[in-house]
Amino acid sequence: MDPGCSRLLPALCAALADPRQPVADDTCLEKLLDWLQTVTEAGSSLLLLQENPCLVELLFHVVKSQDLSSRILAFSLRLAGMFAAQETCFQYLQGELLPMLFGEAGPLGGAAWTAPTVRSGWVQGLRALAQHPSALRFLAACGAVDTIFSLQGDSSLFVASAAGQLLVHVLDLAMRGPAEGHCGPQAHAWPACAQEIVCHIEASLRSTATPQVAQALNVLTTAFGHYHGLWMQGLWVRLSPLVARLLERDPVPAAHSLVDLLLSVARSAGPSPDGGLWETLAQTLSRLSPTQAGPLALGILQLQGCPQALRTQAFGRLLQPLACVLKAAAQAPGPPGLPEGAAGDSVTVDTLLSSKSACVGLLCCALAHLELLQPLPQRPSPWPQAPLLGAAVTILRFCNGSASPTSDVGGRLCTILVGCARVQRAALDFLGVLSQETGPQEPVTQVFAILLEYLVSPDSSPMVLKKAFQATLRWLLRPPRAPGCCDLDPHPQLFLGELLPVLQKRLCSPCWEVRDSGLEFLTQVTRSWGGQAGFRHALLASEVPELTRQLLRDPESYVRASAVTATGQLSSQGLHAPPASPEHPGVQQSLLEELLHILSTDAEGFPRRAVMQVFTEWLRDGHADVAEDPEQFVARVLQAASRDLDWEVRAQGLELALVFLEQVLGQRGSRCAYAVALPEAAPPGTLAQALRALCRVQLFEFAFRALFDCDRPVAQKSCELLLFLRAKAAPYGSPQDAGGSPDVASVEATLQRWQAGEQGQPLGHLEPGAVMAVLKSLDLEGLRDTLAESSDHVEKSPQSLLQDMLASVGVLSENEADCY
Amino acid sequence: MMALPYITEHTGFTGTVYATEPTVQIGRLLMEELVNFIERVPKAQLASLWKNKDIQRLLPSPLKDAVEVSTWRSCYSMQEVNSALSKIQLVGYSQKIELFGAVQVTPLSSGYALGSSNWIIQSHYEKVSYVSGSSLLTTHPQPMDQASLKNSDVLILTGLTQIPTANPDGMVGEFCSNLALTVRNGGNVLVPCYPSGVIYDLLECLYQYIDSAGLSSIPFYFISPVANSSLEFSQIFAEWLCHNKQTKVYLPEPPFPHAELIQTNKLKHYPSIHGDFSNDFRQPCVVFTGHPSLRFGDVVHFMELWGKSSLNTVIFTEPDFSYLEALAPYQPLAMKCIYCPIDTRLNFIQVSKLLKEVQPLHVVCPEQYTQPPPAQSHRMDLMIDCQPPAMSYRRAEVLALPFKRRYEKIEIMPELADSLVPMEIKPGISLATVSAVLHTKDNKHILQPPPRPTQPTGGKKRKRASDDIPDCKVLKPLLSGSIPVDQFVQTLEKHGFSDIKVEDTAKGHIVLLQEAETLIQIEEDSTHIICDNDEMLRVRLRDLVLKFLQKF
Repeated sequence: MDPGCSRLLPALCAALADPRQPVADDTCLEKLLDWLQTVTEAGSSLLLLQENPCLVELLFHVVKSQDLSSRILAFSLRLAGMFAAQETCFQYLQGELLPMLFGEAGPLGGAAWTAPTVRSGWVQGLRALAQHPSALRFLAACGAVDTIFSLQGDSSLFVASAAGQLLVHVLDLAMRGPAEGHCGPQAHAWPACAQEIVCHIEASLRSTATPQVAQALNVLTTAFGHYHGLWMQGLWVRLSPLVARLLERDPVPAAHSLVDLLLSVARSAGPSPDGGLWETLAQTLSRLSPTQAGPLALGILQLQGCPQALRTQAFGRLLQPLACVLKAAAQAPGPPGLPEGAAGDSVTVDTLLSSKSACVGLLCCALAHLELLQPLPQRPSPWPQAPLLGAAVTILRFCNGSASPTSDVGGRLCTILVGCARVQRAALDFLGVLSQETGPQEPVTQVFAILLEYLVSPDSSPMVLKKAFQATLRWLLRPPRAPGCCDLDPHPQLFLGELLPVLQKRLCSPCWEVRDSGLEFLTQVTRSWGGQAGFRHALLASEVPELTRQLLRDPESYVRASAVTATGQLSSQGLHAPPASPEHPGVQQSLLEELLHILSTDAEGFPRRAVMQVFTEWLRDGHADVAEDPEQFVARVLQAASRDLDWEVRAQGLELALVFLEQVLGQRGSRCAYAVALPEAAPPGTLAQALRALCRVQLFEFAFRALFDCDRPVAQKSCELLLFLRAKAAPYGSPQDAGGSPDVASVEATLQRWQAGEQGQPLGHLEPGAVMAVLKSLDLEGLRDTLAESSDHVEKSPQSLLQDMLASVGVLSENEADCY
Repeated sequence: MMALPYITEHTGFTGTVYATEPTVQIGRLLMEELVNFIERVPKAQLASLWKNKDIQRLLPSPLKDAVEVSTWRSCYSMQEVNSALSKIQLVGYSQKIELFGAVQVTPLSSGYALGSSNWIIQSHYEKVSYVSGSSLLTTHPQPMDQASLKNSDVLILTGLTQIPTANPDGMVGEFCSNLALTVRNGGNVLVPCYPSGVIYDLLECLYQYIDSAGLSSIPFYFISPVANSSLEFSQIFAEWLCHNKQTKVYLPEPPFPHAELIQTNKLKHYPSIHGDFSNDFRQPCVVFTGHPSLRFGDVVHFMELWGKSSLNTVIFTEPDFSYLEALAPYQPLAMKCIYCPIDTRLNFIQVSKLLKEVQPLHVVCPEQYTQPPPAQSHRMDLMIDCQPPAMSYRRAEVLALPFKRRYEKIEIMPELADSLVPMEIKPGISLATVSAVLHTKDNKHILQPPPRPTQPTGGKKRKRASDDIPDCKVLKPLLSGSIPVDQFVQTLEKHGFSDIKVEDTAKGHIVLLQEAETLIQIEEDSTHIICDNDEMLRVRLRDLVLKFLQKF
C-alpha cells in the first residue's frame, strides 16, 4: 500500500466506525473492498493488518458497537473474510475476532440479522474465508454449516443463491483435502463436513416440498458447473438414484432445475460418462412436459459424445410441436417427412390447445431452439430441411389466416394463432435461418409465396414486416445453387417482379418503421445484387429509386438516415433516380449536392452520420461524382464536418480524411495500432505534391482541431491519423528547415489556444513545410498515451477514493454543525 | 337513422324518438345529401311493373334475385326528413329516460361516431344492454363506455364490423400508401365516401402524412352538398369528442386538424362540381365525394372522367357496399381500384375481450355472428365464442329474452315506515306487518298509510267514505315458528288428554286424540284441528297449539 493511502486509512476507519457519520454511497464501500482485495492479493494480509492496525481496530469496533448501520456491518464481515482467506492472517484473527463476527456471538440471530445486506455480507465473508483446512474447522466449530442450510431458503434471492454457492464451495474445500481421489460413493470415506452437506442435499432431494428439491438441484448444478474435482464422480454416483427417483413423481418437481442439473452433469462428465446418466436423460426427456423438455432436448443435442439413440430421441422431442402443426394442417393423411420420434403425441397437442399463451410459448420455444441448433456442427444429420420449411410456412399460414385446415386441431390452432405477432416473428426468424440450407426446389416456391403474402398484407405489424424483409433478404441472397453462376436463380428473379411493387408501396407507408425497414432491405439487396443484370433492369423499371430519393426529405430522422444510405448505395451502383426535385421540376440537383445539403443543415445526427459514411465509401470506391474533383469534394465535406456538433460525424470525417490520405500518400502498411513496423515513407517528390494537396483541402486544420476535440474518440483518431502522416512524410525536410519561421510559431500558438479550449481562431493557409515542422514538434506519442487512458484514470486511484470518502464524511459533519 | 322517415312518416308512428344531438345533426346532413343527390336527377316516371313476380324472374341477375321488391320505396323528400326529425327528443349520454315507469333507458357512448350510442334498458331488478355499432379504437369520438354495461342480464350485440379480417390501422396505411403512389405518378385519387364519419379520421391521417410523403402541393377536394356543414359541425360538438380533442377546445384550437388543412388551402370543399370547383380544379388531386355506391352523386362524374386512365385510382373505404358491384356498370375500367374498407366497429377479438370485461349473463346476437363467414368457414376465430353460447336470432324473429321478472320495487311512504315495529325473528332478520294501501300508477307502486277509521258522523258521509277506502278490520296477529311434536304431545298429556297417537305423514304429522275423536294435522305451513262440533275443545286445543308459535 502506498504511503499516501496508509496515511488516509486511519481517518477513514475512524469515520466508518462512527455511527454518526453514515456512508451515503454503497459503491464507495464496494470500491474500497475491491482495492483492499488487490492489496491483499499482492502481498501478505497479516503484514497489511500489522502495518495498519486501524483496520483491525475497525473490525473490533464493529463487533462491539450496537448501533452501526447494516451496510458497515456487512462491509466488515466481507473485509474480515477477505483478510482471513490467508491462513496466517486467519490464525491472527481467529482467536477473538472471527468467532465474534461469524459465530453465534456475532450478528447472527441479532437484530442486525434481519437486514438482507448483513446476511449477504456474512455469506460472502465466509465464502472469502473458506480457502484453507483451518477454515473448515472454524466453520464446524461455529456451527456455520447449519446456518448456511437455512439461508438457502432465505427470502432474499441474492442471499439464498450466495448460500447455495457457499455450500458447494465448502463441500469442494472439504473434499479437496488429502482424501481426494479416494472418495467413493461410500459415506464413511467422506470427511465429516462433506458428509453433513451431502446428507442435507439427500434429505432435500427426498423432500416433498418443491422449493427444497429445487435448492438441492441448484446446489448440485453449481457444483457440476463450476467444480471439477475427482470427487464429483463419487458424488454423482451417490446422488443419481435420488435424482432419478424425482422422475417417478407426478408432476416432476422443479423440472427446470432438474434439466439444468442433468445438462450440467453431462457437460462436466466429458466425452464418456457412465451409462446411468444417458438413461436418466432419456427418461427425463420422456417424462417432462413438452415445454419443459424443449431446453433439455436442445442441451442434449449440443452435447459432445452423446449416444445416437438419445440424440434421435431429443431431436424428435424438439420437433414434436412442429410435427403437430404439420399434422393438423395436412389436407390428406400422410407422413409429414420428419424423423421418427417426432410424431406429435397427444400431450403436445393438448399443450398446444390448452391456452393461447401455452400454444404461443411452446411454438416460439420450439422455433427458437431449432434456430439455435441449425448452424451448429453437431446438429442432427440428415437435417429435415423440407418438413421444417413446411412447418414454418404452415405456422405462418395459420398466423395470417390463410391456412384452411380440415382437422379439428387445425381449426383450433387457426383460432389461437391468427394474428399472433409473436409467433409470426419467431417463424419468420426461423424461416430466415433455414435459407442457409440447400434443399428441394418445391418448398422454395412456397417460401417466396408466404413471404410475399406477409410483405403485401396490410395487417403485418411493422415489426413483423421488418422480420419478413429480413427473411426475404436471406432467401434472396442465399448462395447460388450452381457455383459460378453470375445471374439470379429463376425463383428470386420471378419473385423480384412481384416484390418491387410491394417495396414501392411500403416506402410510401405512413408508418416510419415500415419505410425504414423497406429502405434497409433495399440497401442490402442492392449491395449484393447491384451488379446483376436482372435486378438492375427490374429496379430501374420501377419507381423505387425515385421514391428512395424523395425519402431524403422524410420528416423522421431514422428514415432520412436510411434513405441516405440507400441512395448512396444505389448511386454507387449506378442505379440512382434521375435528379429532379418535385417542388422545382427542371431545377436539377445532383445527389452529391443534396447529401452535402443534408450534412450541413439536417437537425438530427443520424442522417448526417449516414451522409459521412456514404461519402467515405464513395471516396474509397472512386464514385464518379467524387472522382471528377476529389480535392474539392474532400475540402467541402471536411468543412461541413468540422462544424458538426455530433462527435460521430467528426470522427467519420477523420475516417474520410484517412482514406484521402491513403489515396494521396499510398496505403498504410498496417491498420493495426499495435503493429511494430512503421509505415513506409513516400518518395520525396510525390510527397511534396501530396502535402500541398492536403493543405489545399484544409485537412490539417480539420485534424488539428480534432486533436484537441473534447470527445476522446475523435482526438484519438486524429492522433492516429497525424502519427501515420508524420511517419509517411518523414523524409520531407527536417524541423530545422521551417522550425524557426514565424508561420510555425503562429500555428503553434494557435494550437496552444485550441488546446486550452479557445477554438474560435482559424489556422489560415498552411505551407507543407510549416505543417511538417509543427507535426514534428508535437508530442503525438505522449498525447496518444494520455488519450489511451480512461477519462477517469485520475479519479480511479485508491488515494482519490479514500479522499472522496473522507470528504463526503467531512461534508456530512459540516452539515451537521450547520444545523446547530 | 337513414330509414327514420320510412318509420315515422309511413307507418302511423305516434311515439317519441330519442337520439343524441350529433346523431340528429349529422343524420340530417346525411339524409340531406341523399335527398339532394336523388333530386338532382328527377325521374320522369316511376316504373313498378317490373316488381311483378312473373316479370321479375325474367330480369338479369341482381334484379331477379332481389327479395321483397314490393316493399321497396322511392326516396323520401326533405319535408319528410324534417317531419321525422321533429319527432326526436334529444338526450345526452348517461341521461336516464323513464318510459312509463316500467323501464329506464340510458344512452352510453359507443365510441364509433359522434354521438353514437349503446343503450341500457333497465328496471329495478333487470338490466338489458343493447350494443350497436361500437368501437374500442382511439378515433375522434368519446371512448366507448364499457363499465356501464356490466351486470347485464342480457346483452344484445349488434353492429359488429362488416370486414372482420381488415384491421383499420393496416387499411389506413394501405390507403395512404396507394394514395401517395398514385399522386406521385401524376394520377388522381377518387375516394367515394359519406360526408361524415371515417372521413374525419382519414383527413386527420392525411394531415400528418402529406408532409412526410411530399404531397403538400397536392390539392384535396371534398365535394358534397353538406361538405361545409359536416366539417364545421364536427368542430362544435366538443362534449361528444374524445378527451384529447376536448382539451384542444380549451386552448382554444379546433379539435380536428382539417381546420388547418382548410386554412392552408390544402383541403377545399364545395357543394357540387359546378360553380367554384370547376374554376379551382387542378390535377393531380384527391377527391372525396359521394355516394359510395357509385350510383348517384358527384362521384359518378369523376368515375366517368378518370375511369379511362390507368394513372388514376379509386380507393373504396366504406365497408357498406361491395366494391365489385359498385364498379360493375363502369366496366371496362382502366383506372386502378383499391379496396381499403375502414370499419372501426368491434371485431371478434374485441368482442371476446368486451364480454370478458362486462360479463353479461346472456348474450343475444344475430345468427351470422354465431358461425364463421360462409366464405371462410375454417376461420373459427371469426365468430362469437362465449359461455353460455349466445342466443341467436334471425331477421324479424321475435325472441323471448332468457329472464323472468320476479320482483317489483315498492316504495313505502315515510309516515308509514315510521309506524312499523320490526321484530327480530332470526339474528339479522326482522319482520314487521304492514297494513297499507297499495297505490299503483304509471308502473310505480307506493304503500300509503291506511286511512284512520272514520267516526260515524252521518249516514250519507259515512257511506261515501266506505266507497273510497277499503274496510279496515281488526288485525289478527301473524304466527310463525314450528311445533315440536313430542313436546306438543307432552303438553296435551299434561292437560289431561290421553290415548294420544302420532302418525307421520308426507307433509308433517297427525296427532290423534282417540278418546276425544279429534284430529290435529300439523304441517309445515298450516295446522288444522278437526273435531266434531265441540267448539270448546277446539278452542282449548287451539290455545295449546298457539303456545308453541310466535305472534307478531
